[in-house]
Amino acid sequence: MSRIYLDNNATTVLDPRVKQAMEPYWLQQYGNPNSLHQFGTETYPGMNIAIDRIYTGIGAADEDDVIINSCATEGNNTVLKGVWADMILNGDKTRIVSSMVEHPSISQTLDWLESQGVDIVRLAPDADGLITRDILAEGFDAEKTALVTIMWANNETGLINPVKNLAEFCRENGVLFHTDAVQAVGKVPVNLRDVPVDFLTFSAHKFHGPKGAGGLFVRNGRLLTPLLHGGEQMGGNRAGTVNVAFMVGMGLAMELAVEALDFEESRVRCMRDRLEDAIASLPDTLVLGKREHRTPNTILASFKGIEGEAFIWDLDRRGVAASTGSACSSESLEADATLQAMVSDADLAHTAVRFSLSRFTAEEEIDTAIAAVKETVERLRSISSTY
Amino acid sequence: MAKGDLVGGSLWQNYSKKVAERMDHPRYLGVISEEEAESLNAELIVAEHGAESCGDAVRLYWAVDKNSSRIVKATFKSFGCGTAIASSDMMAELCIGKTVDEVVTITNLDVEKALRDDPDTPAVPPQKMHCSVMAYDVIKAAVATYKGVDVGTLEAAEMVCECARVTLSTIKDVIRVNNLKSVEEITDYTKAGAFCKSCIHPGGHEKRKWYLVDILAETRAGMDKEAAGSDEEPFIELSPFKKFKAIERVLDAEIRPALHQDGGDVDVEDFIMDGDTPVVTIAYRGACLGCMSATVGTLGFIENVLKEKLDPAFKVEVG
Repeated sequence: MSRIYLDNNATTVLDPRVKQAMEPYWLQQYGNPNSLHQFGTETYPGMNIAIDRIYTGIGAADEDDVIINSCATEGNNTVLKGVWADMILNGDKTRIVSSMVEHPSISQTLDWLESQGVDIVRLAPDADGLITRDILAEGFDAEKTALVTIMWANNETGLINPVKNLAEFCRENGVLFHTDAVQAVGKVPVNLRDVPVDFLTFSAHKFHGPKGAGGLFVRNGRLLTPLLHGGEQMGGNRAGTVNVAFMVGMGLAMELAVEALDFEESRVRCMRDRLEDAIASLPDTLVLGKREHRTPNTILASFKGIEGEAFIWDLDRRGVAASTGSACSSESLEADATLQAMVSDADLAHTAVRFSLSRFTAEEEIDTAIAAVKETVERLRSISSTY
Repeated sequence: MAKGDLVGGSLWQNYSKKVAERMDHPRYLGVISEEEAESLNAELIVAEHGAESCGDAVRLYWAVDKNSSRIVKATFKSFGCGTAIASSDMMAELCIGKTVDEVVTITNLDVEKALRDDPDTPAVPPQKMHCSVMAYDVIKAAVATYKGVDVGTLEAAEMVCECARVTLSTIKDVIRVNNLKSVEEITDYTKAGAFCKSCIHPGGHEKRKWYLVDILAETRAGMDKEAAGSDEEPFIELSPFKKFKAIERVLDAEIRPALHQDGGDVDVEDFIMDGDTPVVTIAYRGACLGCMSATVGTLGFIENVLKEKLDPAFKVEVG
């Protein structure tokens, strides 16, 4: 049975061109860039091209820093703990403002900072699931606040926050702004010439690059105390031998992803809408978030009477990979925090299934997926005691 | 945390084949109608447990023979994950052929065991044990419906951990008897909290009436109070047993930690009352055995502490 991958918000397949670009760095150009000999020296051209591609991809200026690291979780930790070390521990500021729908790499780091005495504000989204400028502005205290961190696009729903407005508000109030753009880069245009964020994190494996590579954008000179000490790499801001192959791969993946944004906006969106329409046409289903507010590849749907993990099980049996925020197997809170914050109906939290496409999704795969969804809904509703 | 926890296992890989089989092809799925029950000369019992908003819900149907009280047919409907559906299916199977009085003894542990491929490998990973609990709860609900009683009357003991079925009194006892100081120790001794972890502290998978952290804190507070209370009574008036316990307590709290630091230890060999003089005979262990000061400085230290804490007449001898 052929397999269909509709879990691209979790991770993506490597673009074969990216794989090819990384190839020379395993067996030939394996030198440490820090070494003086030619093995070290010959890694530089590839790294420089990668840096150029990454800067171009997100619209970073030459005076900005894009620190290459291992993942967005590292980038998010670097920003939050750096702000704590530089602005809160010394008593200048007391607060970090965030939202209730952040990824665990933000929310759990904030939980930890809270345990260290930091005042954490977690904003609730509006009825559309978005954090707007008005929500941020209400009760905002620029004197106390060291940082505002709001994700660009949500991993579960695909909902895109008005990051430009939020960043501008923070700029007007003289407060630093960070955005976790893991689900935005490669799906929607991310141009930091227009969007005045101070920090932005991304991860290569969400846009067909390798797992274990990411980047942290730092606006002109706003460098924070690093997370990792012990080397001069990245100008001393991220110690540790540079993973040359992954950096090269991430650079090309970024370029290809940005080139493919039109395709993402047209063809991927079109396929997504087709799947979404088919789901919405089934009785007692609900898609969360307005289409126009979402990344073009994501559907979060609730199927009345079917528990999320059971849904994923049956889809998997039919060769279709999707995911669920249902908490049945989790040790943490009763249902996914994002969903709980977004929807008032507790039932939805256990019945939500996420389908996320990519530019590697094929039209005929959508047909198969639609058939699999229908069969799954039929079988599991015949078992259900609540339908 | 150790090697096995770093990468962990894929959730579904830890399901038994039977669980997967029953999820894919449940055998006792469906409803029993009034007419069908009647045709079986049976009483129809329908019981429900859980709700969609809780993430798990199950409805159990029984046809109970009017003469023998034996369950002649059982079916279910379930809202839940794969393990919940498989557990419901196995639960229905275990009911069939039993009388209502027999069936009430079936627990989630029986359901889980019946789903194992081999007797020594759990059918589901720890965080999925709570799914089988639902199967037990709905049986109780069905029995209560059949007997026309409140479901609370069927379970006398306060269940703290539903997954491992550990009661409040068991947990309190194990804390006291073994002088447990952490939740991890309670889990090691009883398995309470080893599965879905909901009962460890608030904020877990589901809300509980009792949490291990609170039980531990309360029980230890009680133990401390009792220990302090017994000190208020003059040592001389304690029973021989309580005298001995009091000496042990002082050794544990005041003396052994200091000896442990140097790799030594001390045991009580004997204890007698010589008139009004308590006489303790001790034996050194570990590094204390060869230590020059053990017979002089340390001995004096132990004697002074016992004099101060328990009775000014204390004498300590080395056995």
